[in-house]
Amino acid sequence: MSTVADRPEVRPEEHPVAPYIRMDRMPHIWCPTCGIGTVVKCYATALGESGVDLDKVAIVSGIGCTGRVAGYMKLDGFHTTHGRAIPFATGLKLGRPELLVTVFSGDGDLVGIGGNHFIHAARRNMDLLVILVNNFIYAMTGGQNGPTTPLGAKSSTMPFGNFERPFSLPHLAASCGATYVARWTCLHIRQLTKSFREAISRKGFRFIEVITPCSTLYARLNKLGTGLNLMQFYHDNAEVRHGADTREVDIAFQDKLVCGKFLDEERPTFLDMMHEHYRRILGDKYVPMPPQGGMIRG
Amino acid sequence: MKADPAGVLTGAHYLDGDFACGEGAMAAGCRFVAGYPITPSTEVVERIARRFPMMGGTFIQMEDELASMAAVVGGSWTGTKSMTVTSGPGFSLMMENIGLAAMMETPCVVVNVQRGGPSTGLPTMVGQADMMQARWGSHGDYEVIALCPQSPQEAFDLTVDAFNLSELYRVPVLVMMDECVGHMTERVMIPPPEQIEVVPRTLTTSPPEQFLPYRVNGRVAPEFARAGDGYRFHTTGLTHDERGYPVMSAECQETCVRRLVEKVRGNAQKIVRFEETETEGAEVVVLAYGITARVARMGIELARRKGVKVGFLRLIVAWPFPERRIRELACKVKAFVVPELNFGQMVLEVERCAAGKAAAVPVPHAGGSVHDPGDICEAIVRAAR
Repeated sequence: MSTVADRPEVRPEEHPVAPYIRMDRMPHIWCPTCGIGTVVKCYATALGESGVDLDKVAIVSGIGCTGRVAGYMKLDGFHTTHGRAIPFATGLKLGRPELLVTVFSGDGDLVGIGGNHFIHAARRNMDLLVILVNNFIYAMTGGQNGPTTPLGAKSSTMPFGNFERPFSLPHLAASCGATYVARWTCLHIRQLTKSFREAISRKGFRFIEVITPCSTLYARLNKLGTGLNLMQFYHDNAEVRHGADTREVDIAFQDKLVCGKFLDEERPTFLDMMHEHYRRILGDKYVPMPPQGGMIRG
Repeated sequence: MKADPAGVLTGAHYLDGDFACGEGAMAAGCRFVAGYPITPSTEVVERIARRFPMMGGTFIQMEDELASMAAVVGGSWTGTKSMTVTSGPGFSLMMENIGLAAMMETPCVVVNVQRGGPSTGLPTMVGQADMMQARWGSHGDYEVIALCPQSPQEAFDLTVDAFNLSELYRVPVLVMMDECVGHMTERVMIPPPEQIEVVPRTLTTSPPEQFLPYRVNGRVAPEFARAGDGYRFHTTGLTHDERGYPVMSAECQETCVRRLVEKVRGNAQKIVRFEETETEGAEVVVLAYGITARVARMGIELARRKGVKVGFLRLIVAWPFPERRIRELACKVKAFVVPELNFGQMVLEVERCAAGKAAAVPVPHAGGSVHDPGDICEAIVRAAR
């Protein structure tokens, strides 16, 4: 969350996104110049602009720095187990299909320990908005190597530099069946907010990767300066290429960052496919779960 | 309240334990199931997958058991009664999110049709060696409730009870079946819906601004708000306070974890269930559960023919354990004989409760088949000497 320390005349409750945030939990745990707060602000702004009923929005996080987002947003928020945000969110969506379910978590959580769930949710085109904050490292636990650490970058468990090939996440998502795929850095506030707004209005498995600085670990271990230096780096090296072939958007260490909306198409979601199929096969005998869920009322 | 007729297949059926368990879940109002195939449990979800589309239920086959259990916890937070089904190897993977369910106080049911272990073990053959895992399998302190059906009829009845208990105590409830009961076909009577008592998910009536997701206020478990009703609550696997907010302190840990443990321990006398026969004046009491309870009856019969006074205690609820009753009996009998399809699990609990006042004699069996009743008889006769 952007602080208002430099503007003492503005009270925290008056911050434009305060209605979306659990202000009773501020200050948050994120380090100075961490990018996660900016991503949260863009998401909150997009929620407001999209006019969705916030009572019907659920947010699910796994474990890690970004894993704390679900606890700071004033929504039905679930802080789950490491890597399992996507299957947990799948349960929420299928248990009450009218919910708008957002998964908000980090790279290690969603594509490291949770990688299997990520690819299968994309394959099913499960109706989830997945926001992945990529800081290139396991930050909460102290800077260990992750599935997104660029080749050559140092981490606490690859002290001589990483020699494992990282995932290119837009390519992973697109090739597994995601219907909306975008990448931004947390410097691209307007584009990112617009992307969130767009993705909120779409259906199916929507994936947005956001590159953020981790000045405490990634930048320090790699002598990249402060968070501000990294923002400067994003400014100088981000290249917006909408519709880029996702096979060509790999991220190399301190190299150009291809950003933009790579994919935006409509395909039936898991629930669309299920309803359509059962209606065709079972006809009138098919009783779908009501949008408000299969709860039996006492 | 009474069962939703849509899920109740009233009548006399010839069903195996797995199918009967599936029918029990549907009768209890389960409308979300996430599972991953594993022998010998798969028939439960196969039954459900075939019947759910006609009653407003959703089944999804997940990519693994980690995902299945996570989806069940998520599903339950919508108020939709949720369940998963597995066997040993899958049960191991589910431990992570069974812990989450316990910590978040999520009502849900996990069926484990036990097979021989460890590891891949005997996929198609019987075992009862996950009993301690059921009790202690996920890290940290928490309590669960575990039930042990001995027949397809009980697979139906106890699955209904499992859902009801999970709603009352907001804990994961484990139906610890075994391959023999799961694959044995017998007559199963499914009553009409108006004769099936079902505990519904009860939603809080507090206005959102006054609602605290973990305030107990003298109740057994906190009031429940489901996702999507405007409560905008937070819940976490971290140690949390009444607001559901993480608090990293020894004090909060004490309050949070003590309550998770006490809500079952403090109500154990209400939850424990067992069947007890001819323990009055008995020299030896046989304690058994699941398929082994049925084999033990034959062993008991053989021992009685040899003149031994044998009583029988069959666990219906394995966890919490009928501690008080074992303590009482320990003062009156020479020994407990505990046949089970493992190398000694529930017998340890018997030994603990008997506290040296009576012997606790295991009749171990590695699984793959059931005991020879003669071996149980022999153990009884020896224990009576």
